[in-house]
Parts: sequence; structure tokens; C-alpha cells
Amino acid sequence: MSTELVIKDLRISVGEKPIIKGLNLTVKQGEIHALMGPNGSGKSTLANALMGHPFYSVDSGEVTFGGVDVLELEPNERARLGLFLAFQYPTAIPGVSMANFLRMAVSAVRTENSNGSETTELIPMRAFRRELREKMKQLGVDESFARRYLNEGFSGGEKKRAEVLQLAMLEPKIAILDETDSGLDIDAVRIVGESLNQLIGPDLGVLIITHYPRLLTYIRPQFVHILLDGRIVESGGWELAELLEKKGYDPIREKYGISPEVLADDDVEDPLSALRR
Amino acid sequence: MSELNQNPPHAYEVQTGDFSREFVEKISKAQDEPRWMRERRLEAYGVYECLPIPKTPNEDTWKRTTDIHVQDYWRRTDLRMLKLQAYQPIALSPSDLADRPPLSDSLKAQMQVPEESGRIVLQDGVVVDVTLSQDLARKGVYFADLNTALQERPDLVESYFMTKAVTVDWNKFDALHGAFWQGGYLLHIPRGVVVEIPLRAFVVLSEPQRADLAHGLIIAEADSQVTLLEEHLSTDANAPGLHCGVVEIFVGDNAHINYVQLQNWNHRVWNFSTQRAIVGRDAQFRWVAGELGSRVSKLHQVSVLEGAGSNVEMLGLTFTHARQHIDTHTYQEHKDHHTTSDLLYRTVLKDRSHTVWNGMIHVHHEGQYTDAYQKNDNLLLSERARADTNPGLEILANEVRCTHGATAGPIDKDQVFYLMSRGLSYNQAERLIVDGFFEPVMQRIPLESVREQLQQSINRKLAI
Repeated sequence: MSTELVIKDLRISVGEKPIIKGLNLTVKQGEIHALMGPNGSGKSTLANALMGHPFYSVDSGEVTFGGVDVLELEPNERARLGLFLAFQYPTAIPGVSMANFLRMAVSAVRTENSNGSETTELIPMRAFRRELREKMKQLGVDESFARRYLNEGFSGGEKKRAEVLQLAMLEPKIAILDETDSGLDIDAVRIVGESLNQLIGPDLGVLIITHYPRLLTYIRPQFVHILLDGRIVESGGWELAELLEKKGYDPIREKYGISPEVLADDDVEDPLSALRR
Repeated sequence: MSELNQNPPHAYEVQTGDFSREFVEKISKAQDEPRWMRERRLEAYGVYECLPIPKTPNEDTWKRTTDIHVQDYWRRTDLRMLKLQAYQPIALSPSDLADRPPLSDSLKAQMQVPEESGRIVLQDGVVVDVTLSQDLARKGVYFADLNTALQERPDLVESYFMTKAVTVDWNKFDALHGAFWQGGYLLHIPRGVVVEIPLRAFVVLSEPQRADLAHGLIIAEADSQVTLLEEHLSTDANAPGLHCGVVEIFVGDNAHINYVQLQNWNHRVWNFSTQRAIVGRDAQFRWVAGELGSRVSKLHQVSVLEGAGSNVEMLGLTFTHARQHIDTHTYQEHKDHHTTSDLLYRTVLKDRSHTVWNGMIHVHHEGQYTDAYQKNDNLLLSERARADTNPGLEILANEVRCTHGATAGPIDKDQVFYLMSRGLSYNQAERLIVDGFFEPVMQRIPLESVREQLQQSINRKLAI
């Protein structure tokens, strides 16, 4: 049975400010969607809210995952259903090794009925190590990753590859990739793109959120959506991505009467960092 | 609080007393102590009587006074609830040794040491077990309870006991200790002797209302090496108690000494401890303090870098919960040139607990080319917890490098979200973040067994 992530008329605010203004989207296992939009269009807000970040309040609308209403669920419960978010800015957790963390995470998402309690049994060390080594090899990730502290002192490219490694280990049904190509040079984009390609298959649905089409040359989406001012304004196939590549967002902005000036004041790369200040 | 005033049950015969001059005499007589020790006890008692119980002064008075007992040192620790007379010191003669309540099997298992090593177990001030491998004994290592050492090594004790490191004239609790000390140990490592496997000391409180006044005396001669791991614990989770301890450590020239103290008293024990290490030329001293237990704790740790080229590392790990109050003063005193010290204390606070850290790096005129560092970081898991942190420098030499820092903050919500988005529950995320926070201290602790011991204590705290 294929699992669906269904978003219906979703509206999200940050503080008092509406960011997502009625968004509809369905992503099925095995499908690859690209959600493209300029900075400030609400992409990261959507990604974080879907995962359950407490900073974002969902005003109205519906999000179901395999028929389950996820808006009431904690982030870990969403993860255990099979939802995954590859972060644009992965948080460093000093002193926590990648291997240690991943073993806990993998145990938590794979254990039935553990409801994330303290009694979650860890999967056996040997089996875990073997699996981790295999996945690291498959993705071309250096073995030293396992011993390093989670995202601490990682380069931009390393952080993104660490996210892909986590995706590979947690085996979600639907993965949201939030600007996984941002901040990377072209070689790094290729490496991350090729890694992701290895994971793509009938069991994985992907929602790639990006404002550059370049990652899409490695992972060809079947569906492309354009997000502007909190709404999906166009949906189509690969030709939409090509159009953006050639002409940028301006023709679409014009078409829908949204001036770049309006966007400028919420043109914040990481809306959370603005909130934290 | 009523539980402090109740009469403790006496299941067996022990000579308990009170903090009176008569009882000082009785302790000394029961042990048949040499005259000099009796005189030292009485002198300490005189000081104890003169000094008031320190008050927590209001902001005005502490600024005006020069009296240490109402000054900065006690500024953040409130002793109004302490009723000293509710606690009983003991006097004992060797015949009392058989009358201890038996230790539980789990405790015994915890106290196992390898054959090649040695241990001492003190319960309510009475030594219940001393072992030392024959090999170490042959090499001249001496490890015994201090009452026995007073008979067997009187010259060493007379020369070092509360004369050079910790003296009784400064702090009421040190004076109390000097007058009523009981039990404790002497560890003496002769010149050039290397002890590979850590020795262990266990100081146990069992009976309610008991005052433990164990004295630790470590004398490591030149070129020697040893690690002592000392643990303080309660067998009864609810028995009120008092620990008033002193530890004196002498690190000879070019010696390499590790001293670890894990304080794991129950939540009804008042803990007062003054510890001072005197570090000789080119010697290395590594100090680990795990402060996890007690109701109120006042710990004073002083490293005196007395010899040129000496090096001290001070590591601290504090984890408080409920209404615990743990107040730690550290002092890095650089008395000679080319000395280095490095301090890292990390604290995690839960619930309504309160911690204080006051650090001082003091470089004397002679301390040229000192390299000193101190850092205290605090992680608050609760909005009602409070961490006071106060690093300080006093530098009288002109060619030094001294740096310090302090941080305090709540748990990072983005870290929690990140971990939860990978399937971890809030509690699991919090545990992982706490473990990660302690990791920089843990990874610098030289012994696997010590790290494990600490980790177990941390896990117990996290599970509360």
C-alpha cells in the first residue's frame, strides 16, 4: 500500500504574519516532487511546519500522512510514521556522536509501539554497525563520520551528506528535502545528488524544496510546483523547471501580480534565525 | 524541619556524642591517640567555638565586612536550616568494628576492586574493610584508615595532618573537622613507585543523623604515580546526615597523580568539604569532582602549583535536581614560574535546584610564564533552576596567559526539535543533549571505569 502525504488548504503564520496562505499538495510514495520558489516564498516554513516545529502555528487546513492527521502529533511521532525532513540548516549537537545518535534514532523509528518512551530497546550494536558501514559505503561517506559529533564543525557539504545518510538509515516513506543544495558548490551538489539518487525508489516519496533547479539535474522530478507568496501558483512537469532555469521567477511574478518588493521584507533565508533574535 | 530533630534508632552499640569539648576528649581517649593529636583536636575545637555559623548576608553587609564568615565565600549558601547539634560524631574503640550494619550485596559488588589494587571502605566513620595487594605493600605503598595510620605512621601523620595544606583557622567546618575527625585514610606512595591500577576509597553513610568526618590524606613522593577514586554514598536513601570532610593531597616533584571524588550522598545530607592539593616541581595533578548528591553542598577545592613546571587539570561535573543546592569554589594558585592549569566545570540543573561556581586564578609575583585557563558552563533543564557562575582572575606577575569564561543557558529548542524529528522522544532528546554536554569533561577523564561510574550516576539522575 502506497502512503500519501496530503496537504489541504494549509495556512501557517510565523508570529502574526501569514506565510503559507492556502496550500494544496499530495506526495505519494515513489513520486518525486519539486517545490520551487524564490527566497521568502514560504518554503522553509512549510518544511518545518510539516515536521512539527513548535515555532510555527498552523492556522487552518489539514495534513494527513497515510490517512493519519499529523498536525496533532509530536515531531517524533511524525518521524515514526515515516516522515523525514532533511534540514536546510542542520543543528549541531556537540558531544553527541553520529553513531550514538543514529542508533537511538533508528531504534526509535523501527520499534513498534514504543511510543518513543524511555524503554525503547536499542537495536543490537553489531547489526547496527554493519548497516551503518554499508550505508556509508554506498553513499561514499567517510567512516570517520560515525565518530564525529553530530554536525559539529561540519562543512556545508558534510552537513548535507550527513542528512542524506540519516535519510538512508531511517528509511522514511516520504522525505522532505529543504534546500539540500543550498550553500554547496557544484561538485558538492553532484555528490549529494548522486547519493540521493541511490535512495530513490518505489518505497520513497520525495518533496524537494529548492529555489535553484540545479539539484534537479541529478534527481529528475515527475512533478514541479511553483510556490509564490504562500501559494502554489503553477504545477506541471519538468518543463516548468526548465522555464525557471531560463527565465527566473520574474515572468511568473508578473503573471500573478506579485512584485519582488513585497517579498523583500520577508526575504529571510532562515525565518527561525530572525525569530530567535 | 522535623526530620532533623528526631531521635535516631540505635540498632547497635556505638559511642555517639555531640559537638562538645568533652566529646573531643572522649574520641581522643578511645583511640589512645598521641598527645599532639589530642592537642590539635582541642585547638581546633577552640577555633570552632569562636567562629559563628556563617550567615547568608544581605547585599549591604557582605560588601562592608572583611570577615570571611559573612563574606563572599558564604554569600550564596544559606545555612539557616542547618542544625549542627542534630548530628552525632562518633568515638570508637577497635572492638566496635564487628557491629556495623551489613552492606548490601549490590553495594559490595559496586565496591569490587581488582586483586592487584586496593580499597578502603568506611561506614559511618568506621573502617569496615581495607585491602591492598601484596605487591603494592611490598613496594612500600601504605594505604590504611587514618586511625590505624596514627599508630603505624605517626611521624607522617604528625607532619602532614592539617599543618601544610588545610588548616583549621579559616573555616568553621574545617575547625569542626579538625576537632572531631574520625576515620578517613592515609595513602602514602614512596618515591618512584608506580601504581598502575586505581585504588578506591568508599565513604558510606548508613545511620540517620550521623556525622561523617572522614579525613583523606594522600602523600605521593617524588616520581610516583597513582590514581585514587573516592566515592561518597548513602546506603539509606532518606537518612539525614552530615559530612564534614577534608582532603589533603601532596604531589611530590615529578609525580603523576589523579584524584577523583564522586559525591553521591542522598538528598538529606549536608556536605561540607575542603580539599587542597600542593603540587611540586614538574608534577602533574589531575583532579575530577563529580557532584551529584547531597541536599546542600559546599565544596572548596584549591590547587597550589608550588613547584616550577607543575601542571594541574581540574575537571568538574555537577548534576542537580529537586531543590539541591551545590556551591563550589575552585582556586588555581600559581606560585612559581612555568606552571599551567586548566579547569573545566560543567553543570546540568533540573527542577528548582541551584548551583554556584566561583573560580579564581591567582598568579603570584613568582608565577611568570603561567598559563592558566578556567571555564564553567551550565545547562538549565528547567526554568526554575538557577546557576550562578563567577570566574575571577588575580594576577601579580606580568608575563602570563590567563583566560576564563562562563556560560549558562537553557536547553536549545532547535536541538530538541532536530532530534525529535529523527524519532527521539523529548526525554530521549534531552538525555542525549545532556550526555553531549558532559562529553568534553568525560573524554578528558583518564579512566574507563571512572567514566562508567559517572555515566551510571548521570543516567540515574536523568531517570528521576
